[in-house]
Amino acid sequence: MLKIENLRAEVGGTEILKGLSLEIGAGEIHAIMGPNGAGKSTLSYVLGGRPGYEVTGGSVTFDGQDLLELEPHERAAAGLFLGFQYPVEIPGVSNVQFLREAANAQRKARGQDPLSGGEFLKLAKEKAGLLKMDMEMMKRAVNVGFSGGEKKRAEMVQMGILDPKFAVLDETDSGLDIDALRVVGDGINAIMRESGKGVLLITHYQRLLDYVKPDYVHVLAKGAIVKTGGPELASQLESEGYEAVAA
Amino acid sequence: MTDDIVMDHLPTRRDEEWRYGALDTLKGMSKDIFENWRDIDVPAGESMCETFVLDAADGPDLTRLRVNIGEGATAAIFAVNTGAPYSRMEVVVRCAKGAHFEFGGVTIGGGDATREFVTRIAHDEPDATSNQVVRAVHWGKAVGNFLGRIDVVKEAQKTDAAQDFKAILLEKGASANAKPQLEIYADDVKCAHGAAIGALDQTAAFYMAARGLPPELARKLQIRAFVADAFLALEDEARQEELLERALAVLDRKL
Repeated sequence: MLKIENLRAEVGGTEILKGLSLEIGAGEIHAIMGPNGAGKSTLSYVLGGRPGYEVTGGSVTFDGQDLLELEPHERAAAGLFLGFQYPVEIPGVSNVQFLREAANAQRKARGQDPLSGGEFLKLAKEKAGLLKMDMEMMKRAVNVGFSGGEKKRAEMVQMGILDPKFAVLDETDSGLDIDALRVVGDGINAIMRESGKGVLLITHYQRLLDYVKPDYVHVLAKGAIVKTGGPELASQLESEGYEAVAA
Repeated sequence: MTDDIVMDHLPTRRDEEWRYGALDTLKGMSKDIFENWRDIDVPAGESMCETFVLDAADGPDLTRLRVNIGEGATAAIFAVNTGAPYSRMEVVVRCAKGAHFEFGGVTIGGGDATREFVTRIAHDEPDATSNQVVRAVHWGKAVGNFLGRIDVVKEAQKTDAAQDFKAILLEKGASANAKPQLEIYADDVKCAHGAAIGALDQTAAFYMAARGLPPELARKLQIRAFVADAFLALEDEARQEELLERALAVLDRKL
C-alpha cells in the first residue's frame, strides 16, 4: 500500500535521504531502526510533506496515488497519519475542538458527512479510554502542559479518532515509562492491526517491538536501507549495535 | 497663514501619544472632534462592562473614553478595532483605592489602514489593579499599535498593573508598534509588561495540516486562539463569542 522507490531528499541543501526504497503491503507492520542522523525523522517528514524537506528524486506511491503530489492535509485525508517525535503545542485550541475540526475536514475531503458534536464526543471518549487518557485532558489545549509521555499517548488518541489507513510513527516510544509503553503498544495494535492497514514504526530501541510485533525490520543508515530482516533483526541490533550489523 | 491656524489643534508626531498615528487622515478635521470625550463614572463598589466594535469603513474614527473608577469598583472594556483608514481608541482611566480596570483589545485587518489602542491608566490611590491584553493581527500594509501608559503615584502602594501585547503579522509589509510606558513613583508595586511581534507558528501549522486541516482552516483556528486571549476576562460568553466572530469575520474576507 506504500511504495517508496529510490527516494532522495534534502534539508537546507544537505542530502539526507540517498536513494531509499521500501515497500509496505496492507496488513503489514514494518519497523525502521537506525543510528542518530541516519535520516529516520527526515523520512517521516518527507512522507508527511513538511515544508523545507525537499524531494530531489524518486517516488512515493500510496494506494496507487502519487503521495508527493499531495499537500500535507490532503495526505491526511487520503489516510496517512504521522505520529510526531515531538508533538506540537497549540495554545488556546482544545484537543476536542482540534480533533473534531480535523476529523470533519478529512471527512469533507472524502465526501462523507461531518460528525455531529455528540457523535464526535462518543468517538473521542472511546479512543481516549482505549489509551487510558482522562477526558478532562481532551478538553485542555493541544499538548500544552502535557508531559512527554502524555503527548505520545495523546498522539495515539488522535490516531484512534482519525482512524488512518497507514501510520508513520516517529519514535512514539521515546519519553514513555514502562506502563505507558504497554498502553501505547496495545493502542497501536488495537487501532492499526487490521487487514487493510499498514504501519511504519520508526524507533531506536527494541522495547516497543516487544509489544507491537513487526513483520519486517529495516536498518536505515546514511539515508538508505542497508539491511532487512524479520523481528529477530531487532534483537540482533539490540545486542550487537548498528555498526556491527549494518556494516 | 490661515492653514496654520486651522492646523493648530491637530496632533503631531511630537505628541508621544500620536507617535504612530495615521496623522495624514486627520487633516481638515475640526477642533470639536479632538475635544469629544465620553465620560464614564463607576461609583464606589459598583462595576461596569462595555464592549466596542470599531469598524468605520471611511474613517478616520476616534473613540475617546475617560473612565473614573471609584473605590473598590471595577470597569471592564473590550474592543475589536477593524476600522479604516485610521481607527483609534483612547482610554484614559483613573483608579481609586482598590479599584480594578480590565482592558481587552484586538486590532485586526489588512489594507493600508492604521488601527490603534492608546491607554493611559492613573493609579492614584493604593491597592488598585489593572490588566490589559491587546492582540494585533495584520496583513497587507496595515499597522497595529498599542501605546500603554501606566502612572503610579507615590501614594499608590500595592498597585498591581499588567499589560500584555502580542502581534501576528501574516504578510510582509504589515507592521505593529508597541510602546509600554511606565511611570512608577511608589516602591511597593507590581507592574508587568510584555510585548512580542511575530509570524504564525509554522510548526503548529504543519502539525495541523498533518491531521487533515486545510491551511485556511488551520490558520483560522490559530488566530482565533490568539485573539481570544484578549477577551478571556469577559465573563459573558455570548458577548465574548460575538466579539470573536466580529474579529474573525475580517479574517474570513481575507482567506
